[in-house]
Amino acid sequence: MTITTSTESGTGVPLRPDALLQVRNLRKHFPITQGILFKRQVGAVKAVDGITFDIANGETLGLVGESGCGKSTAGRTIAKLLEPTSGNIIFNGADITGYSRSQMRPLRSEMQMIFQDPFSSLNPRHTVGTIVGAPYRVQGSLSDKDIKTRVQGLLERVGLNPEHYNRYPHEFSGGQRQRIGVARAIALQPKLIICDEPVSALDVSIQAQVVNLLEDLQSEFGIAYIFVAHDLSVVRHISDRVAVMYLGQIMELADRDTLYSQPRHPYTHSLLSAVPLPDPDSGSRRERILLTGDLPSPINPPSGCVFHTRCWKAQDRCKVEVPLVREISAGHQIACHFPEDRPVFGQGGQTIHGPAPTDQELAAQERDRDLARGGAVTGENIAHETELGWQKRQD
Amino acid sequence: MVRYIIRRLLGALAVLFIVSLVTFGLFMVVPVMTGASPAYLYAGKNPSPELIANIEHGLGLDKPIPEQFYMYMKGIVAGRTDLTDGTADGSRPCPAPCFGYSFRYQSPVWDIIKDRFPVTLSITVGAAIIWLSLGIGVGVLSALRRGGFADRASMVFILLFLSLPSYLFAILLLYVFVYGLKWLPPTQYVPLTESPVKWFQALILAWITIGFGSAALYARLTRANMLETMSEDYIRTAVAKGLPRKTVVRKHAMRAALTPILTIAGLDIAFLLGGAIFVEKVFSLPGLGLLFVEAIGKQDLPVIMGLTIVSSLFIVVANIIVDVLYSAVDPRVRLS
Amino acid sequence: MTQTIDSSASLPSAPPTSFLEVRDLHVTFPTDDGMVRSVDGLSFKVERGKTMGIVGESGSGKSVTSQAILGLHNSTRAQVSGQIWLDGEELVGKSSEEIRPLRGNKMAMIFQDPLSSLHPFYTIGDQIVEAYRVHNKVSKDVAKKRAIEMLDRVGIPNAAKRVDDYPHQFSGGMRQRVMIAMALVCDPQLLIADEPTTALDVTVQAQILDLMRDLQKEFNSAIILITHDLGVVAEIADDVTVMYGGRAVEQGSVRDVFYSPQMPYTWGLLASMPRLDRDRKGRLDPIPGNPPSLINLPNGCVFSPRCVYRDRVGAACVTDRPDLTPVSDTHRVRCHIPAEQSQRIWLNELNPNL
Ligand SMILES: Nc1ncnc2c1ncn2[C@@H]1O[C@H](COP(=O)(O)OP(=O)(O)OP(=O)(O)O)[C@@H](O)[C@H]1O
Ligand SMILES: Nc1ncnc2c1ncn2[C@@H]1O[C@H](COP(=O)(O)OP(=O)(O)O)[C@@H](O)[C@H]1O
Ligand code: SF4
Ligand code: SF4
Ligand SMILES: [Mg+2]
Ligand SMILES: [Mg+2]
Repeated sequence: MTITTSTESGTGVPLRPDALLQVRNLRKHFPITQGILFKRQVGAVKAVDGITFDIANGETLGLVGESGCGKSTAGRTIAKLLEPTSGNIIFNGADITGYSRSQMRPLRSEMQMIFQDPFSSLNPRHTVGTIVGAPYRVQGSLSDKDIKTRVQGLLERVGLNPEHYNRYPHEFSGGQRQRIGVARAIALQPKLIICDEPVSALDVSIQAQVVNLLEDLQSEFGIAYIFVAHDLSVVRHISDRVAVMYLGQIMELADRDTLYSQPRHPYTHSLLSAVPLPDPDSGSRRERILLTGDLPSPINPPSGCVFHTRCWKAQDRCKVEVPLVREISAGHQIACHFPEDRPVFGQGGQTIHGPAPTDQELAAQERDRDLARGGAVTGENIAHETELGWQKRQD
Repeated sequence: MVRYIIRRLLGALAVLFIVSLVTFGLFMVVPVMTGASPAYLYAGKNPSPELIANIEHGLGLDKPIPEQFYMYMKGIVAGRTDLTDGTADGSRPCPAPCFGYSFRYQSPVWDIIKDRFPVTLSITVGAAIIWLSLGIGVGVLSALRRGGFADRASMVFILLFLSLPSYLFAILLLYVFVYGLKWLPPTQYVPLTESPVKWFQALILAWITIGFGSAALYARLTRANMLETMSEDYIRTAVAKGLPRKTVVRKHAMRAALTPILTIAGLDIAFLLGGAIFVEKVFSLPGLGLLFVEAIGKQDLPVIMGLTIVSSLFIVVANIIVDVLYSAVDPRVRLS
Repeated sequence: MTQTIDSSASLPSAPPTSFLEVRDLHVTFPTDDGMVRSVDGLSFKVERGKTMGIVGESGSGKSVTSQAILGLHNSTRAQVSGQIWLDGEELVGKSSEEIRPLRGNKMAMIFQDPLSSLHPFYTIGDQIVEAYRVHNKVSKDVAKKRAIEMLDRVGIPNAAKRVDDYPHQFSGGMRQRVMIAMALVCDPQLLIADEPTTALDVTVQAQILDLMRDLQKEFNSAIILITHDLGVVAEIADDVTVMYGGRAVEQGSVRDVFYSPQMPYTWGLLASMPRLDRDRKGRLDPIPGNPPSLINLPNGCVFSPRCVYRDRVGAACVTDRPDLTPVSDTHRVRCHIPAEQSQRIWLNELNPNL
């Protein structure tokens, strides 16, 4: 199957035809419906609203942003756990956007997922052997004995005792459970693993163990990762390139060093300046940008630049004109009318405040919250348990 | 809110309509189709074909089925005058709400139900008071004194009444208090308006039978809910604010823990209002349950149908009441 | 030297001069599997206007400590011993009913998850009013005015209107502000914040920390800030207690702990976290293994099964419990490595590689 990969969709972003995964203008809107017998749509949660990026083989793309900005939804949609609303997902040369579940099944060996919560993402009634061996059983080409040998090899590889083949998830600590999830994900030697906050629920010391494991596996098997996290320092450590998301859109995308040392988007600056550093004197050396309020509701995102309600550089133009994603230097894309030039932690000392939300904005937010509460927000989960592991619930 | 209730009531009407349709089909149409016309039930031994035809005519069974159903539904709303038993005495009056005419009781079904309902209502109210106060009381107490003597004692109570079959318990009560100790006269139901004392004497054993059995269940539920609520973070917050324990338990814990229990109670009460078959039988209380048993014995189809529809009405209405109450207590639930 | 016997008998009983002083606190939970020693001989002091940061992995006893100070442990299920002096008053021996007037009044607490910590059935106004009126004999109207004033102070826009909203109508950051307003409504002199920003985004966390700093200046309160995030501690604390396996393993001023840490566990924490303010490392240095079970603590140093510096000491690490030993006026460390040697290790081997 051939794909036309011209610079479609009006984003002035050059594409990499050799990429393992190409995501084009991907949208995922969750409809909000009201009514008992006849449902009518009264709005939509615009969880992912037009994102475009590529991932090459063996590369890690970090996805950061505040909670609710659509990172997990993006990951799940790319894995086709959720049906995309529009846009394209091109994996390994094939446009899988419209693939049915059965069409996806052979692809599951190439694209896997690891979830955040090591407590709810493993089926408590299955043994470790069953959980990690599930991908083989779905494939159906190996005998039980071979599966066991393979699974024990995998357990050993991720740093678990192969003797624990017959134990249940609750007998393991959080970090060990996350290793079980990793073992399952790498069972079929996938080309891409979407990691949704894989270390966020773990303690720092354990977090480092799992991060190292993921890096080792990457260099051993050449796996590409989409690494979703809200911890900017972990993302810097593990990623080759990083995309910063806000309200379902990518604000800035650049290679790791550029993004962390010369960020250009005001939102990236605010995020970086909010990270507390383990250095008591850093406060006086660093400029602080304090945003006001919370993320607006993704039901009715602000007009123009979605960040303008909290942006410390916002001007009138930002309220009306949507900033298009553009490449400001090779591989560095931002969506902002007024890119920032200052060094990353500023000159030091002073504090910059973002604008306070207007009464109008507050009222609108309240309306949206009511809407989301009154109506039923529906999101279908279209994958099957054994394909990507067990999920207690969607979050 | 008002719009919500109206919508729910319309929904309830739809449910009742479907229930009527199904009952009607089950009791009136299916027998006719299988060749066992209900008319045979009323015609005595070896009836002549004319007699059957006459009775069928009187019951309206000779009309097309949709029309029969239409007449039945219309009867509920507007009453009907077309009912005869096909014999000489002619038409049977049946004012609205008309659930048909019972040839066994020689009376419109609704009158019979109206007559018997106060008995069932008395049983239900008394039993509900016992099981709610006892069940919730025991449950809350044992949750607050978890592991203590009160908790263990209440566990024994719960286990005993959950495992003791209620028919055994009822018969035991009957033999001990009526035939053994003779504290109570052999039961003979007397309306409250006639003699409160005799009314009470007639009902107390039925109340205890139902009340204690359900109390055990409610105690277990309450205990579990209370324990869960007491370990909620907001209870810890309430304690950390410096509230007295009494306030924490009553205002913060019980309100959250008991809300789901009241929901269940609403439905249980509605269910019981449809007739406590077993208890009414054991204690010879002429309520809707006993009526149901009698009607089945006599194969009195109009009564069985009437009772079925009326008890589903209770359940449907209770459902609405419970939902509205729930939303009044829990602001997170929105009715729309 | 060893120190395994409960030493509470030998504790000084004179009231201390510090505003809050915790002395040799033990909290133990008897369970079916054995005694869970959640807090095992913890001591620290906090002055008014100062912030004590308590850091440690999950399960290290941070929350149990804070709940012990407020007397929130159920006396039938937790055994609490030691001394907790608050403004010259000893709290451990007191009954729950005796501590109650202090709770929410002289000392208040905010919790990690603001949604589950607020009652879903009552408006936030009702909940704050309740907190105020239980300690102040005022009318409902006066209390409500006070609630609105507090909500306004913690940065809730439209406070007069939002006071009648229910918790689920607020966002996460706003709920934590509500919790702070509720905690501060009676002007407490001690505020205990148990992971107040863990559930929040960095941008909102920055707002909340900023607010806490401002409020501390305004009310001159003592703050105990519990967190597992070393960055948060560095940002806001004056003194730090690092906890591991239910005990303090390092205590000192924030500069002591971040600029010259002397205990292998603290080193491990600092080395295992990727840092934005340093060059990116090729590999993180995790602490091997898992936190200990508090039922079967290892012999000797509690950290010894995971400690990579154990061989530099020898047998003592697995046989003798190290004491919390002063290395300077402000700095105390629980480790067998002699102070000069650990200083060298930090300066030469660790600090350059963070
Ligand atoms: N009620 C209880 N019964 C038995 N053990 C308990 C109880 N409460 C706490 N513990 C134990 O005490 C230890 C310390 O718990 P604590 O909640 O203080 O940890 P923490 O440092 O706050 O961890 P986290 O970051 O996960 O909140 C844990 O091992 C915990 O299992
Ligand atoms: N299944 C779903 N149904 C409806 N809305 C959803 C669903 N999943 C996520 N959302 C909404 O989409 C937005 C983005 O969510 P998510 O991707 O989970 O955020 P993040 O992972 O960045 O925390 C949020 O507003 C969330 O409430
Ligand atoms: S476009 Fe305007 S509002 Fe948006 S980030 Fe840039 S400066 Fe801020
Ligand atoms: S006492 Fe020994 S085992 Fe414990 S931290 Fe020090 S060196 Fe490590
Ligand atoms: Mg997420
Ligand atoms: Mg805790």
